[in-house]
Amino acid sequence: MWEYTDKVKETFLRPKNVGEIADADAVGEVGSIICGDALKLYLSIDKETGRITDAKFQTFGCASAIASSSALTEMVKGKTLDEALQLSNRDIADYLGGLPDQKMHCSVMGKEALEAAIANYRGEPLPEKEEGRVICKCFDITEEKIRKVALENRLTTVDEITNFTKAGGGCGECRSDIESILRDLWALKLPQTPVQTKKLTNLQKIALIQDVIETQVRPGLQADGGDVELVDIEGNKVIIALRGMCTGCMMSDVTIKGIQDKIRELVSGDIIVEAHS
Amino acid sequence: MNVVYLDNNATTRPAPEVLDAMNPFLTDCYGNPSSMHTFGGQVHRRIEEAREHVARLINADPGEIIFTSCGTESDNTALMSAVESNPRKRHIITTRVEHPAVLNFCHHLGRKGHRITYLPVDSRGLLDMNLFRKSVDEDTALVSIMYANNETGVIFPVGEIADFLADRDILFHTDAVQAVGKIPVDVRMTKVDMLSLSGHKIHAPKGIGALYVRKGTRFYPYLIGGHQEHSRRAGTENVASIIGLGKAAELALAHLEEERLSVSRRRDRLEQGLLACCPNAGVNGDSGSRLPNTTNISFEYIEGEAILLRLDEHGICASSGSACSSGSLEPSHVLRAMGIPYTGVHGSIRFSLSRYTTGDEIERVIAIMPGIVKELRQLSPFGRDTITCPK
Repeated sequence: MWEYTDKVKETFLRPKNVGEIADADAVGEVGSIICGDALKLYLSIDKETGRITDAKFQTFGCASAIASSSALTEMVKGKTLDEALQLSNRDIADYLGGLPDQKMHCSVMGKEALEAAIANYRGEPLPEKEEGRVICKCFDITEEKIRKVALENRLTTVDEITNFTKAGGGCGECRSDIESILRDLWALKLPQTPVQTKKLTNLQKIALIQDVIETQVRPGLQADGGDVELVDIEGNKVIIALRGMCTGCMMSDVTIKGIQDKIRELVSGDIIVEAHS
Repeated sequence: MNVVYLDNNATTRPAPEVLDAMNPFLTDCYGNPSSMHTFGGQVHRRIEEAREHVARLINADPGEIIFTSCGTESDNTALMSAVESNPRKRHIITTRVEHPAVLNFCHHLGRKGHRITYLPVDSRGLLDMNLFRKSVDEDTALVSIMYANNETGVIFPVGEIADFLADRDILFHTDAVQAVGKIPVDVRMTKVDMLSLSGHKIHAPKGIGALYVRKGTRFYPYLIGGHQEHSRRAGTENVASIIGLGKAAELALAHLEEERLSVSRRRDRLEQGLLACCPNAGVNGDSGSRLPNTTNISFEYIEGEAILLRLDEHGICASSGSACSSGSLEPSHVLRAMGIPYTGVHGSIRFSLSRYTTGDEIERVIAIMPGIVKELRQLSPFGRDTITCPK
């Protein structure tokens, strides 16, 4: 049985904003009955202010798909379209007090329905329909979607990609393709991760830390509109400053921990990363 | 809230008589049956009594019963033994709808160089016997075909398969985990070489199973170590659970007729009640050749996990073949092998009854289910219908 939060269960049992909007200004439709979940999102939009005045949904899917849809409609009401587009799938999951790892794709579906609806309103091509090599044939998932979701959610393993997009969760044949996409995306030298047998000199260590931050850490943060700057290195202590969207972000502790893990993995296990105060 | 437990193909309530029988072996009679002293030795005799009960349930000889830790161990042991004892033959025949304990073991053997034939089933879940006969060749070492399917309850013609294989030098194993205790199983009439059964499907506790191995069948142990089970399954016996399985087998034999008559009557009432109230719903699997306790119904346009969680709110336990409820992203391999459309697979619900299921419980499900189906269809972008229930 899935470990759903009380909020997910409550939202699933008593979802809000169920149904159609007859004269909706925007409709976004994602998923299919074959894949096992589908969401149709209806928005009423005030033409003057560009604000979403009403949102409703119809969802075919499991409890977390229905809860994510309800959460999405609650979250976008009253927002301008640009504000709404700032919502991430994480925000939907957070609103519900979190989703089980294997159910994160339900929050991604919510985000996609929103993007599809707004593209529909603005007369733009659907993001789904953009060019892209289909990687996962079971669930019809393109390379582009895998890259996008991986960047947005900082996903580094194939299992995480499966949890967030379903890709690789069917026959499993595409798992090695997903692995190479991830390796390429994060420029990880996974199998050749150097095992440090010799003790590094201080100069070597500083150069390696700089290199890891440049190539392994910054691209991911920049994709989210954030950034990081190396301030100083004192012994095994690495002092950094978060920049851009990362400044004052509630998740900054998690980000710093992630950077520390990465440097520990690739440079030395005793590294401590601290934020510059 | 009273639980309405309709998930007996997943596991069953341990019978109170079983627990009573087990209790002394978890408290005072803790001796090791292999010991020389009377304190341990007396336990050995009780194990042999349990073996007799299990043997009687399937009309076997007690010496043909090996106690194992579960149905999966029985299946794995049978397949491994067949492969080990026929090193020159490399072909195995099974079906696409087996339990993972057989199916994934066959995948494993396939990767190790065996040739595996996975027989298809038709839309009612039945085997094409002509295709089966054609699949058998000189190189076939083993046929492993389940007695009855856990998801649909469909019963395979195990006797017919056994007869066909009888004068060929091919081992026949059947996973009878779902059949034993629900329908008569007789290994004298149905000449299988090996048969798996599991305790917790027949009101014994989890963690105990048995493998029937016909006398004279070449056998290679899977667990190697001490001399327990005549060196056919090493490891100190799970004494209390073996005693429990013996008691459960005795009860199952006594209740077999009841299981077939009253349980199937309740199952039929449930099925008819639900189909009468829920449009766009249908039974999966051939109802002519089916376990008496199982019904698998597809409620189209809605998703199984959502149905299960709504049922759970009312204390009703069932299971689903939908992707979301399986823990993987793939929906039921059984229903897909039958060619059931995805709309039906995702909305499939299995109700499985036991002799403890009451008529009131069935009526409660019939009263509650249509409302759930209706609500979820109103949420769904696909199914728009009104529920008409003759009240």
